[in-house]
Amino acid sequence: MTQQQVRTTTTSTGSHRLDVQPGELIDRSRGFTFSWNGRSVPAFEGDTIVSAVAAAGERVFSRSFKYHRPRGLLTADHHDPGTILQVDDEPNVRAGHRRAAPGLSVSSQNTWPSLRFDVKAVNQLAGRFLAPGFYYKTFIKPERLWPAYEKVLARFAHAGVISPQTAHDYYDKRYAHPDVLVAGGGPAGMTAALAAAAAGARVLLVDEQHELGGHLRWGDEADLAVLSELRSAVAASPTIEVLTNSVALARYDENWVAVVQRDLPGIPERLIKARVGTLVVAPGLIERPYVFAGNDVPGVMLSTAVRRLINLYAVRPGSRAVVLTANDDGDRAVRDLRRAGVEVAHVVDAREGGDVVRVHGRSGVRAVELPGGRKIEADLFVTAIGWTAPTALLNMSGDRPVYSPEAARFLPGDGLPPEVMAAGGIAGDGDLDALREHAEAVGTNAARDALDRRRRTRSGLPTRATDTGTVPGGSGAAPAVEPVPVPTLPVRSHPALFRASTHGMVDFSEDVSSSDITTAAREGYDSAELVKRYTTATMGPAQGKLELVNTVAVLAEATGSTIAATGTTVWRPMYVPVTLGALAGRIFEPVRRSPMQPSHDRLGARPLVAGQWIRPDHYGDPAAEVRAVRERVGIIDVTPIGKLDLRGPDVAQLLNLLYINKWSKLGVGRVRYGVMCAEDGVVLDDGVTGRLGEDHYLMSTTSSGAASVWEWVENWLQTEHPDWQVHVTPVTTAYASINVAGPRSRELVGRLVEGVDLSEDAFGYMNVRTGRIAGVDDCVLWRIGFTGELSYELHVPAGYGLHVWEALLEHGRDLGVSPFGVEAQRILRLEKGHLIVGQDTDGLTKAYSAGLDWAIKLDKDDFAGRTELVWQQADGAGPRLVGVQPVDGSVVPPEASQIVGEGSRILGRITSSRMSPTLGRSICLAQVDAAFAAPGTQLTVYLPDGRRIAARVTDHLAHVDPEGARQRVEEGAAPQPARTAEPVARSPLEPAGTEHTVAGWAVGDRVSGAALTLADLGPLAKVAVRAAHDGRVARTLGPAFGRSQRDGTGALVVGSGPGEWLVLDAPGTQAALRERLAGLVAADGEFASVVDLTHGRALMVLRGAQAPDVLAKVCAIDLSEDSVPNGAAMRTSVAKLVTDLVREDTTAPGEVTEGGELVPTYLLHCERSSGEYLYDALLDAGAEFDIVTDGFPWPQTEE
Amino acid sequence: MIQLPCPWCGPRNVAEFRYAGEATARPDPRTAEPQQWRQYLYHRRNACGWVQENWYHSAGCRKYIRLERETLTNQTRPAGAAR
Repeated sequence: MTQQQVRTTTTSTGSHRLDVQPGELIDRSRGFTFSWNGRSVPAFEGDTIVSAVAAAGERVFSRSFKYHRPRGLLTADHHDPGTILQVDDEPNVRAGHRRAAPGLSVSSQNTWPSLRFDVKAVNQLAGRFLAPGFYYKTFIKPERLWPAYEKVLARFAHAGVISPQTAHDYYDKRYAHPDVLVAGGGPAGMTAALAAAAAGARVLLVDEQHELGGHLRWGDEADLAVLSELRSAVAASPTIEVLTNSVALARYDENWVAVVQRDLPGIPERLIKARVGTLVVAPGLIERPYVFAGNDVPGVMLSTAVRRLINLYAVRPGSRAVVLTANDDGDRAVRDLRRAGVEVAHVVDAREGGDVVRVHGRSGVRAVELPGGRKIEADLFVTAIGWTAPTALLNMSGDRPVYSPEAARFLPGDGLPPEVMAAGGIAGDGDLDALREHAEAVGTNAARDALDRRRRTRSGLPTRATDTGTVPGGSGAAPAVEPVPVPTLPVRSHPALFRASTHGMVDFSEDVSSSDITTAAREGYDSAELVKRYTTATMGPAQGKLELVNTVAVLAEATGSTIAATGTTVWRPMYVPVTLGALAGRIFEPVRRSPMQPSHDRLGARPLVAGQWIRPDHYGDPAAEVRAVRERVGIIDVTPIGKLDLRGPDVAQLLNLLYINKWSKLGVGRVRYGVMCAEDGVVLDDGVTGRLGEDHYLMSTTSSGAASVWEWVENWLQTEHPDWQVHVTPVTTAYASINVAGPRSRELVGRLVEGVDLSEDAFGYMNVRTGRIAGVDDCVLWRIGFTGELSYELHVPAGYGLHVWEALLEHGRDLGVSPFGVEAQRILRLEKGHLIVGQDTDGLTKAYSAGLDWAIKLDKDDFAGRTELVWQQADGAGPRLVGVQPVDGSVVPPEASQIVGEGSRILGRITSSRMSPTLGRSICLAQVDAAFAAPGTQLTVYLPDGRRIAARVTDHLAHVDPEGARQRVEEGAAPQPARTAEPVARSPLEPAGTEHTVAGWAVGDRVSGAALTLADLGPLAKVAVRAAHDGRVARTLGPAFGRSQRDGTGALVVGSGPGEWLVLDAPGTQAALRERLAGLVAADGEFASVVDLTHGRALMVLRGAQAPDVLAKVCAIDLSEDSVPNGAAMRTSVAKLVTDLVREDTTAPGEVTEGGELVPTYLLHCERSSGEYLYDALLDAGAEFDIVTDGFPWPQTEE
Repeated sequence: MIQLPCPWCGPRNVAEFRYAGEATARPDPRTAEPQQWRQYLYHRRNACGWVQENWYHSAGCRKYIRLERETLTNQTRPAGAAR
């Protein structure tokens, strides 16, 4: 072999385009050119890249993966292993499928330095170094050579070029809920889809080709007539949604099917997550290549390849052909070749025992050698030796297909679940009529099963009113319809041809030959799964569709076994290659923002991402912020602190159970710090809880623990103590929380507060009051001291958060007020020795190890974690939390530095450390072994850079003011309240249009009149009611969980949870509404509670005929009439955010008039802090439907 | 993705729920021996077959619910449903 020979090709520049063919897909009136390896190639609309290049006479498309052998067309469709090309900046394009387009730049891959002059073809000589398992054999020793091997191999196996400049495309995602999904749009698939639609099902018909039809497309006149009839019927069916150029990629548990849809306008790919009633698998059959010497030489093609080229693209595949046929399709290929003017030099009939030995030629077929040595000159060798059943979706459904020696292919086994059915060639043989008759029965049964299941699951949904939303095909009570009988498809005898007397290529993608498999078997890799991994056969882009059965057959032959006994490897997702973009899709990551965020932005805060929250880390100089708090006054946004509103006679009992300390004697107006432990005694969370009224408490949690503590509390109430009368309502973002800290904090708060006496006697440390701040009613103030300074924590109805924050900054200017961020707060609390759960404790820190001995009350009968703490106290085990100061105060040991003893034994670690601006030295908290925790103990801290420094255990956890003297600040005269601006409430959403105020809320005025709108309803009064789900209050309120209705006053009452209602009314009416509802439920005499959530929820309305389509892109719920009819209410996940959804169709924005046309309208609400996220997610999902934002559409009552 | 049969909301994708573990009973904290208590904390049957499990429907009705799940096949049914 010399490079001279490699240079020889059979490429000609002449056109191989035929006259007009009856079924051709090309539009000869629309011609254009594109570039193929730098050469201009003519094409017509409808051409694939491969058909156009083949029409221009090209035969060599690529070099093979390992040996760099020239490769041409094999299948002329999306499976073709030799036509994976680079198209513009996109590598690995399946060019037998991708449509040609004007101006494309297409080039071969894997052909360095060029397609024709290929030095790497010397690999063929070096083939013995590329034997099966060469990766394992090469990468042994010496290791220092690995990088060199890697470099060489990477060069050889390169698979296209990725451009770092590639634009970030918009990949889409949506949910679908078809009753029947038909995977495969051939005659069986179309027939099954039509039958399913006729039986009343919603059908999704998916095919990877650009058009429906399957093999009918390249059939004869009768086939084309049936195709035309089927296509028209499908197009006329309103309940069949056709997705072409789309693939059912995978089937997961409970018929969760992934479909990739391509070529949408402006969207390269969309991933559809479909919850399918019945999956009908009708992918047809894939023609199987034959294994013989030279079977990968360009010019060796499958019979379906030549029939596609001739009939679909009017391309003559060669000029003189030899055909090996074992079936009717091979015979039809002979007829097609003759019709296309190809000289058929010889036909070998395998049914009569005919066979071939090898093909001669290198970059093109020159001759075909028959047994006995006869050589027939030809440039085209066509094989039709049998089929592979693409059973991927059956495998993924749990079926193990069985090999039929009679049919020489795999057939479905008996392991299919009832919700998966097979139709078409994969299920058996028969003429077109028989296959269609079978598919029709399958389609009918698929629909009946699916509708029956749908009826059963839907009938129990709480969202359905008793009189709405029947499933097509019968009412909820209708008995199941008997399935129609499915005719049995015959299995025809087919010659079993896999390998000729010579060895050839088995896996064209990975360059694995039959002799490689034989070698592997000899080396002991004698099962299909082992051979696959050792040789990499079936692991390339074709993923077994062409080569799996041949691999098994060759292995069976080598091991003296049968195909049936050898079995196959399992097909796994994905069925075809899929881009990472499609799998990533649009990213849903909920973000929470405080109402004060606009001010933080203006003040130049450095953002800190803390869980879902965006918080100010600092405003430039955290040390200066610390000094401002110690010397004057600072304000920090602590909105993320978790807040739970607790109501009921049993709250004290609940607190006693949740916290390690005692709560029975907490008086009204008092606040107490508490620590929660898990049942293993490990510290779970901490915070203060205040008693606002006789049966009304407000609990605070850590910011990161807000959600989990709420679930923890609900767990105790729902599962251990369902008899306790306590209602828990999360109000974290109903309040904007501001901590005002520093010696002048009383003075500052005093200027803004009304109705609360701030004097030490009237409002001492650890007390809570409610009052009016800067003109805002219903604020909660508690006097606590995380920073160690005199401080007031103000909880303000969230819509007024920005107003109060700005009032504090404005009216504190002469006091030197400074905003401070999370970093300053962390320094301040460390100076004061206050622990942070999760920072100074970890997943093993029991309460006695966290320095909480003073709080643990083991004399209580029970509390979460008590049992373990009793034992911890008894044996004194575990580390202790202590204050530590390095002897050299200029060294700040990094957090997590180890504390070591003799012989480097680890005694503990630094949990928090900072330079203290107040003390001018470094300070730490640390967990150390109890034996080393006594004040004054000398410790050695091992720094990450290897240094060991001396440190000392301090007398107290607090480094600054351990006596708490800073709480005692001399009182000045009670200040006169400052005159503040009129409070304006703000929703979390930017007003659409020009801002004005309605009932004290800033809203936009835009009235677009658009067909699809999203509008802010934030100002509406929102009041939650809790009571037994089946009691008198429930009957008084009306709608049960899952439904909503307007009451006599026009307020919308929503059954938002079991025993949970949300009532919506006009803006500004929340106080009156709360009173009215409280009166209503009090009259029933049941345990019930009423909580105003007006400021706690972001509320928006999505309106338009396409609103369900918008929601289908962000929400997995089926919004059809029988699932979410008008009046339905539910809570679910929208763009990964817990969202309440209420359907209240309207005739115009905000109204329902008699006789008007109802338009789908959905109210969506979520925690206020995530409102902007939800709004943006809906706008993004609605962009393709031209969504428009509107202002506040409520009938505008004058303020 | 499997669906769980929420007794309140109907079938919903499992992503809406938080797994709250195999169903266990809390021993009487006043009398529990360490071994008994630690069985409650840490010991799970982890059986192959039908097991009773607690789930919290965090993105739905917010109820703790009890289900039975076949750990081999991922089939689910409401706890106590007819076999």
